This record gives sequence, structure tokens and C-alpha cells, in this order.
Amino acid sequence: MFVARSIAADHRDLIHDVSFDFHGRRMATCSSDQSVKVWDKSENGDWHCTASWKTHSGSVWRVTWAHPEFGQVLASCSFDRTAAVWEEIVGESNDKLRGQSHWVKRTTLVDSRTSVTDVKFAPKHMGLMLATCSADGVVRIYEAPDVMNLSQWSLQHEISCKLSCSCISWNPSSSRAHSPMIAVGSDDNSPNILAKVQIYEYNENTRKYAKAEALMTVTDPVHDIAFAPNLGRSFHILAVATKDVRIFTLKPLRKELTSSGGLTKFEIHIVAQFDNHNSQVWRVSWNITGTVLASSGDDGCVRLWKANYMDNWKCTGILKGNGSPVNGSSQQGIFNTSLGSANASLQNSLNGSSASRKQS
Amino acid sequence: MEELDTEPPVTVVPGADPARTQLCFEWGPAEMLLCETLFGPRGGERPRGPSCVFVVRRDQDIYMETLRKLFNESHGIFVGLQRCEEERAVRARNAQLIQVSKNYRSVIRACMEDMHQAAISARDSALHSQYSIQVSILSAMELIWNLCEILFVEAAPAGPLLLRLLDWVQLHICDVDNMVREVLSSENPSKHKLFWNVVDIFVLQGRMDEARHLLSKEAIANPTSMNMYKILDDLMKKMPVPSVGNTQTLTEMELKWQHWHEECQRYLQDGTFASSSHMESICKILLGDENAILEKKELMTTWYHFLVTRLLYSHPTVKPMELRFYAQSSMDMFLGEESSPEPLDTILMAAFEFELHQVIKECSVALSNWWFVAHLTDLLDHCKLLQSHNLYFGSNMREFLLLEYASGLFSHHSLWQLGVDYFDHCPEYGRVYLELHIERIPLNTEQKALKVLRICEQRQMHEQVRSICKIMAMKALRNNRLGSALSWSIRAKDAAFATLISDRFLKDYCERGRFSDLDLIDNLGPSMLLSDRLTFLGKYREFHRLYGEKRFSEAARLLLMLMTAHIAPCSFWMTLLTDALPLLEQKEVRMLQSLSTLNVPRLGLFIAVQELHSTPSVLSRAGGIGMTSNLE
Repeated sequence: MFVARSIAADHRDLIHDVSFDFHGRRMATCSSDQSVKVWDKSENGDWHCTASWKTHSGSVWRVTWAHPEFGQVLASCSFDRTAAVWEEIVGESNDKLRGQSHWVKRTTLVDSRTSVTDVKFAPKHMGLMLATCSADGVVRIYEAPDVMNLSQWSLQHEISCKLSCSCISWNPSSSRAHSPMIAVGSDDNSPNILAKVQIYEYNENTRKYAKAEALMTVTDPVHDIAFAPNLGRSFHILAVATKDVRIFTLKPLRKELTSSGGLTKFEIHIVAQFDNHNSQVWRVSWNITGTVLASSGDDGCVRLWKANYMDNWKCTGILKGNGSPVNGSSQQGIFNTSLGSANASLQNSLNGSSASRKQS
Repeated sequence: MEELDTEPPVTVVPGADPARTQLCFEWGPAEMLLCETLFGPRGGERPRGPSCVFVVRRDQDIYMETLRKLFNESHGIFVGLQRCEEERAVRARNAQLIQVSKNYRSVIRACMEDMHQAAISARDSALHSQYSIQVSILSAMELIWNLCEILFVEAAPAGPLLLRLLDWVQLHICDVDNMVREVLSSENPSKHKLFWNVVDIFVLQGRMDEARHLLSKEAIANPTSMNMYKILDDLMKKMPVPSVGNTQTLTEMELKWQHWHEECQRYLQDGTFASSSHMESICKILLGDENAILEKKELMTTWYHFLVTRLLYSHPTVKPMELRFYAQSSMDMFLGEESSPEPLDTILMAAFEFELHQVIKECSVALSNWWFVAHLTDLLDHCKLLQSHNLYFGSNMREFLLLEYASGLFSHHSLWQLGVDYFDHCPEYGRVYLELHIERIPLNTEQKALKVLRICEQRQMHEQVRSICKIMAMKALRNNRLGSALSWSIRAKDAAFATLISDRFLKDYCERGRFSDLDLIDNLGPSMLLSDRLTFLGKYREFHRLYGEKRFSEAARLLLMLMTAHIAPCSFWMTLLTDALPLLEQKEVRMLQSLSTLNVPRLGLFIAVQELHSTPSVLSRAGGIGMTSNLE
């Protein structure tokens, strides 16, 4: 891996989240300066800020893109107890020339009584739906029934998790064998041994979300949680960021066939646990094929985890700052040395004049 | 297979300070974003300096223009290998696979040449060194691949094995040409200071004819050594080598060789070469004297050259399985105490030991991208060499590596197309990987979208087709390109969206009195049936056309059909009725009669409208549709 570019983000305060759109050509950043910025990648790979606006009256914790099937839509959540949905409107030709675009607020979701800590869009096959979670321990699921009218969102479900919530993750599987499922993590740190990861599943019969599982072995505060993309597997993989990195598999067992039941029971295994960060782990996220997990910790590093073809997980890379300040922003390629070191050793093995091979 | 205990590579993020901040991140399809932040309860600290977002990429190599040929041409070879008919006869199949291997190698060499040219013409010293590094890496790859071809693909038996290894050494290891040219082109070759070096090298590489040719020059220049020369020349001429064809058995050859070896021994012991240390050393080399050979360490430069020379002069009928012993001891003798094996040495050693998995594993670690191991493993799998090893992952390893390689290609704006074929030939996960990757390809232009669609349609990836069309339709709609939006929705078979866009068209029409994108609407054909609203749109436009062509009876019939078929939106009823008005004036139109057959409550309204017909103000308010014969 190598750092190809660095972009000066120009927020006036700490950045809390950075989000790629589906195709990797746009990105959004959100900050304690209460604003969100949107950046577009040009043909030659340079990034330009095409919008910057105040979104909340408190720090903005997370920002996330909806699937492009719904247009250009963002959601943000904040300390100000609200989450908001934004849509880009195609501007006047003047704006286009200046490379600017406009985002308008379509709705504000005000049901939470405390800081909203995470917001995530549901998988696209569920329609235009999103979930928020708050420090008040409630997960709220909203839906926009008319995809062309983003100002109408209705609160479909309120899930009371009893513990302050820090993160949510939708199961991306669109298989008919799997009901919609959402995992919730709690960063509650009062002394107790309650499970800090809960899994809720949608029940077709009751038309409600009910708790399917709680990961009893996770009792430390959880900061982030992420389902892996499903590669056609019958079971689910869930990564948890807590005092270490943990990877669980959840194998659905036979569904209980009761009259109001229908909840899946799961066989839960922990397939990996890493404490290499040597500190709290704050973020976990899967790549698009669900083959590499990245984690970020208090040690200021991002670590990459991958399973080999024998399903053994190990760390395959570390991203780490070196403390030396960057001079402004560099949109030029930065070829770093670590990649070269492996090659250099191979090169050294070949003796001297390999560069001047048969010149006849 | 046990894991290597290598430290994971560290990628430096310049500017981020792990002592002061942490990093938040997000994966993208081709890149990763990193940003400095502070997690957890904030103590009012702020990171110093402007906040930066870092864009991180996995594989640098795919962005090198000069490697493009490698990726493109090897793709052709790969696909050819997967698709070609397997020869029945073992020998023919073997020949087929050897040819494939040679093709791969020639691609590597071609790329090396290009890279070398690029290095020479690079004005920037950093760029020059980068290219030079690449040349070395490609060279190493070809070296390894060639050895694997000899040992695994061709599986050369004792006899030919040595000949192949000699070729290998000559081709790859020692760069003698400069030295040779220098010596041969000089006035007095035998007086050149490098003369004996060149003779020695020829001997070490088994290039007897060339060695003898040079020696003859020495003999001419130095008549006193004529006797010694004649004997040495004769010995060199007579040296038995494994034959190329099967003209002699190994046993025959070994016998001959034994006799020859003894003859050399006698001459040496008789002191025949005592007065020329050079010639004596050559004789010792011919006898396989390890110390004598090791003295020429600087000329051989590598332990594997030493290995082959040793074999040539001590055991030319070496069997493949015996190689490992000679290899290990050669490396130990050559490197001695001073140096330890480098990655390349370990890889080659693993090959000599026939540890295929070790070779692949070591290469995966040493090389920065998956190109090499993916293609080599695939070839070895076709040679049916992976099945016999471990039950868990024979061809799984092939697929694992191909998936890695192809995934890497998808982060490139045009190389992704090559990746599609690789996924196609991964039976277990290829399809789902393709689905996940292909839907992320940015659809910058309509052509690109169509290209991606074609790939998805060919593979019956219906959901991806639908999704891509929907994304394009949405994009068009946002930019008010209704025609484009409509055709994309039709392609997506998205009835709801088609209805929505048809409504927009109709709304536009009401506001402006005319249609946009007539070509599209006129040529909807059977796709008109996708949604009622779309059907209505198509038929309504047809009504206008008929009217414009003065085919009033047909127009009237169509209008009637539209009114009774219940596909018109309520908001449009007034418009339809208004459209009917001018038709009533047409004598040929027997609308009223037709209408009277209908038991339609609307009939009353219709008649009421007819009465309004006489009021000019109503007519003028009815818009310009039926009032003029020019509709557009």
C-alpha cells in the first residue's frame, strides 16, 4: 500500500468521519466545526471541494452516502440530537463552471433526546431506509416510501437497546434466506457484564425488529461494528471494535417455528481476536469484497487483517504516521519506501549488471 | 501450510502523528481514505496544522504504463490456456504447456526491454532508479519462472535436465557479453587482461566450443604452450555431454564420462599442465574440483551458477530429485560465513527442492503484486501439480491468487476489463467477486456504462444490470434529460420509474404544448408495455402523429381507445376531451356514433363539451393542439 495523495481538508476543527460514495469518486467529511464538505474526484485524480455547508448546531459525528440508485443523497448525525438527510440539486450553469454544487436539507430527524452517534443507510434492496442510534440507547429506523420525495420520512421502528449506543451496522446480505438484520454496539462503560453487542432481526410475522442475539462475550465498551459483505455464504461475519479487534461468525440455525416466533437462532464463534493495537480500537470496516478488515486504534495506527486460503487471520499491513508534518497539500503521487523495501531485497539478490542484460 | 512469521509491511502516512492523533478511515472500491482525528472523550486537544485526508492505494504497479503490456499480453495467454482444448497425448499436452510457459516468459522479457529503454531515457534520477528496480524485479521473475518451467512444467529428466540448467545459467546469470566483446575485438585477444576470465567463464558454463576457439588464439600467440593446448583442447572436445535426442542411454553416457574423467585425472597427475596455472586450473575444473571452481567465484557471481557448474563436471546425469542435496551444499559452500540467503535465493532453493508451495508462498511475500504468483500457480495447476499437495487447498490456492490479482485490476480505470476474464475462470467465488466489483465501476460516460452492461448481460447478472440502469436513469433524471432517463428505465425494466418519467413527459407537454425526445417516444415498440403510463404516453403521441398526418379516423379511434382503456391519468382527462373537440368537426369521423355505443358516464360530459364547442373562448382556452394542423 502507498499514500497516493494528501488533500488539505480545510475544516476548522477536528474531522470525525470521512466517507466514500459508492463508486469512490466523491467523498464527504464531517467535523466538529458543524459542517460537512463534499469532494469530487476529477478525471486526472485530483480532488476538489465542491460543497461546504453548515449542517448541524453541534459536532457532526458521522456522514454517509446513500446508494446512487437513490440519487446523490447524504445523511449526517450530530451531537445536536438530530440526524439529517441531504440531497444534491443540480445547480445553475454558473455553479457548474465554478465547480460548485448545492445540497439541500430534505429532512431533519429529531426524535432522539441525546446525541445521535451513528447513522447508516440500509442495504438498497430494502428501499430508501436508514437507521440512527443515540446515546439514549434507542435505535430508530426511518423509511422514505417515495424515493422521489426525500422530504417524507417516517419513523418505522424504535428499538430500545437499554444501553447507550455508539454504532450500528446493517447486514448487507440480500439473500432471501436472510431477514433484514442490524447489529448495535454499546459504549456503555458503567461496571456491568451486559452484552455490548446486540443483533436485531426483522420478523416477517410481527413486522417488527426483535432481538435475535446478544454477544455475551463482549462486555467492554464497543466503539464500532461492521458486518462483512456476504459472498454467498450461509453464515454472517461481524467485526467488533472494542478493547481489541474481534471477528465473529454467526451461523443461522434452524428457525424456531412458533406462532409468533420465526426468529433465527445463531451459532456464534469467534474466529479472530487481535490486541495488536495495544489500546482501544475505535473503528472497524470491511473492504468491498469482505476479504480484508481494517481497524483503527488509540495507537494511531490502522491495521489490515486478512484470512489466507486456510481461514487463518493475520495482520497483513499497518498504516502509520511518522510524525513529520506535511507541507500543505500534495496532489502529486507520494511513493513511499515500504513497498520498495520488499522489492529492493529481491533486486539485491540479483547481482549487479542485471540492468544491462543482453544488449546485443 | 504454516504461515511465515514476517512482520506486516508498514505504510508510512507522512504528516500523521500517532503520538497525538488517531486515524479514521473508509474503504472505497479502489482506494482507502484516512484522516487524522481524535477518538474517545476529547480533552480540548486539537491536531496541529491543517487537517489532511490521505488517499491510500494498494498496488502501485498497475499504474505503471510500462507494465501495461505485461498485464495485457499475459491476459491473452491466460485466457488462451483456460480455453484451449487439452491435448490427449501426454507428450503433446506437455509440449502445449511448455509453449504457454515460454509465452509468458517472452512477455516478461519484452516488458523488461521496454522498462530498460524507459530507464535509459528517463531524465529524472528518481524515475530512472524506479525503472531500474523494475527491470531487476522482472529479471528475477523471469529467472524464477524459467527454473520452474524446467523443473515443473517440462519436468526435464536426468540428462536433458543438465542441458536445460546450463541454458538457464547462460541466459540469465552471468553477463559475459561485454567482457567477451571487449576481448575478442581487441588487437591481441590473448594478451588482454580479461582473456583468461573469459576462457574460464566459457568453461564454467560448459561452452566448450567457444572456450576452445579462444584457447587456440593463445596457442598461436604462445607456441611454447602448443602441446599443453593440444591436450586440453582434445579433452574439452571429447567431454561427454547428455545428448539432446535419445541416441544414448544414461548408463552409456555415464560410462563414457567415467573414462573421460579418468583420462583428465591422468593428465593432471602427470603434471602436463604444470607450467600454466591457467590451464591447470581449467583441468581441475573439468575434473569437478570444487575448490578450483570456487576460486572462480567472482566470475560465477551466484551459488546457483556454482551449482550447475558442479553438476556439469561431477554429476552430469543428475536426477531431478537429487538436485536438492547439491543445491543446499552449493549454497553453503558459495555463501560461506559472510552472507546469508536473500529472498531470491530462498525461492530458487525451494524450487530445487521441489517444494512448489514454498516457491509460491515466498514469491507472494517477496513480490509486490500478485501477477507473478497468480499466473504461475494457474499454469502449475494446469500441469496438475497442485492436486497432489495437501488436500485442503490445491486448486483453492489457484483461485485465491487469481481473485487477488483480478481484484487489484479492478482499481484501475481500464485494466478492470482484463479482470473480468480472470473472475470468469474462478469457479467458486469468481462470479460473486465480479458482481461486487463491477457494480462499483464509476459510470462516467454512457459508453462506459454500456460496456459494463454488456459484460453483465452476457453473464446474466440481472440485478447488476437493473442497478446500473437505475443509477443512470436517476442521474439523467436529476439533470432533466428525460429521454435518457426513460430509455435507461426501460432497460432496467423499472416500471415504477418509467411511470414517473412518463408523468414528467406528460407534465412537460401540458406546460409547453409539445413533446421532447420524440424519436424515443415514437420508437418505443413493445417496451411501451412496461408500464401503463408509458403505454399511454406512447399511444398519446401516436394520436398526435395520426392527427398531424390528417388520418382523422384512425386518430379518433385511437383517442377513443385511450379514453376507454383506463390508462389515462385522471389529470389528463380534460386534455383528452379537449383533443376530441376538433375531431368532431371532421366529417369522416363518426365519433359520436362510436361513443353512443359506449355505456360510459363520461358520455354526458362529452356531450356537454360538444356544446361548449360553439363558444370561441373555450376553444381558444383549449390550447393549440387540435386547432392547427401543425402539431409540433
